[in-house]
Amino acid sequence: MKVAVVGAGPAGVRAVEVLLGAGIRPVWIDEAADGGGRIYQRPPAPLQRDPKALYGFEAARASDLHAALDAAKPRADWRPDTLVWNIHSGRKQLNTLNAGRQGVVEYDAAILCTGAMDRVVPVPGWTLPGVTTMGGAQIALKSQGCGIGRQVAFLGSGPLLWLVAYQYAKAGAQIAAVLDTTAFATKLAAAPGLLRGPATFAKGLYYVAWLRAHGIRIAEGVTPLAIEGTGDVTGITWRDAAGRTQCAACDAVGLGWGLKPEAQLADLAGIPFDFDALQHNWVPRRDAAGRSPVPGLYLAGDGSGIGGAEVAELAGARAAMALLQDAGHAVETAALDRRLAGLARFRAALEKAFPFPAHLAAGLPDDALFCRCEGLTAGELRATITGPTVAAPELNRAKAVSRAGMGRCQGRVCGPAAAEILAAKLGCTVAEVGRLRGQAPVKPIPLVATP
Amino acid sequence: MRLARLRDTDRVPLHLSLEGAGIAALEGDTLLTALLAGGGGYLREGEFGDGRRAGFCLMGACQDCWVAVEGLGRVRACATLARPGMKVTRG
Repeated sequence: MKVAVVGAGPAGVRAVEVLLGAGIRPVWIDEAADGGGRIYQRPPAPLQRDPKALYGFEAARASDLHAALDAAKPRADWRPDTLVWNIHSGRKQLNTLNAGRQGVVEYDAAILCTGAMDRVVPVPGWTLPGVTTMGGAQIALKSQGCGIGRQVAFLGSGPLLWLVAYQYAKAGAQIAAVLDTTAFATKLAAAPGLLRGPATFAKGLYYVAWLRAHGIRIAEGVTPLAIEGTGDVTGITWRDAAGRTQCAACDAVGLGWGLKPEAQLADLAGIPFDFDALQHNWVPRRDAAGRSPVPGLYLAGDGSGIGGAEVAELAGARAAMALLQDAGHAVETAALDRRLAGLARFRAALEKAFPFPAHLAAGLPDDALFCRCEGLTAGELRATITGPTVAAPELNRAKAVSRAGMGRCQGRVCGPAAAEILAAKLGCTVAEVGRLRGQAPVKPIPLVATP
Repeated sequence: MRLARLRDTDRVPLHLSLEGAGIAALEGDTLLTALLAGGGGYLREGEFGDGRRAGFCLMGACQDCWVAVEGLGRVRACATLARPGMKVTRG
């Protein structure tokens, strides 16, 4: 049986581990040079790899995953530095690109563990050099030992906001401000549910308490106004919960509002997507074990709906077990299924504590850039509802008219904000306005790539 | 934009160039780190007159850190390791 696993983050590592244990040697592909995914990304070899310094409270978990990764690599058909740029679920083929060379991987069954990226709300000034995603700010520190600036402001909502600010402060960066768009009361209301995951909840409280104890400027329930500067970032302005305009000087800003699945391959494979109202994300359809409606395709990890790294490890193993069960193996999964169900309930509370600020995207000023690739303003997108020739009743028509999502990132960055802007203008829900459909290649590839 | 080197700076130095100007970097730097910690300031100009860019996601997704390296062609600066002597032009 030919099995392919795409991705070597927490889900991919545990999926491959289960497959190897059952005597299956999968083709295992990752776009990066090493595995670990973005959360447990290891620095390049010349940098130090002290797990405690790099991963904090997650050091033991990271070390365990790296050990499993390193043990699995030589036993699998490990193919790093390889982009899967298309999938033909009918022919059961993956198209790959490695060092400029095209390849085709045939599979009988495949597990897609394609991960996630930051979900971003545009803010006037967000294209200035010095502004990165929250995940980007963390990668700079974790993988390169660098801060995105000397005096950094963090803007967004969710667990990563507090974690990254804490990591930067510990590493010696000056924190200009931590700006949370979620009001304290919203988080408080979700607290009972968060107690389902006491360790995670306690860590979150610890970061916030540490930042407060160190006198770092914190504001909750803010409305971002602009990232200031002409050539570089010089400051950030916002409206506080009481309606007053505030500002802080800084030379860099990290921003992000949770994560969104990188699910382009699932889309190209023909797996249907559903709008998950709680996550406020479009997610590819799968059952609790990771089976997709497309025969032979399984999904696990944040690429199949945001659950976080701990869930991803379990879900990766579970998807591989589902694959084995469907191939006629007897596998016991009851305990694993109970753990996954428990973690899903905690996740639901987390989403309630940090809701996506749809109103901020919908309220972006007409002259603000929302699409980095094509340099489009919110006003240009809003204008698509009247033409020029055919009115845009949904997002893909708006893309055809305005080029929103047609640029080099293929809508990865602007897609969620574009949907909010258009839905608000049309007076419909973001679920009704649709999602940008995936197109191959899922990332730009050179025209000269050879077969 | 200037990346701040906060830790792990005791590494072998390497030198490359951006638009012909020398850039001092360290072994293990990505091109993005090398150029933006070394004083390069930015990586590319937006094609539509909307200003300078210096990457955004740092994880290979946003495609906003493209630069050209002599002999390699166009690469994502965040996903390419800096090598001694690389001749880089802005994307």
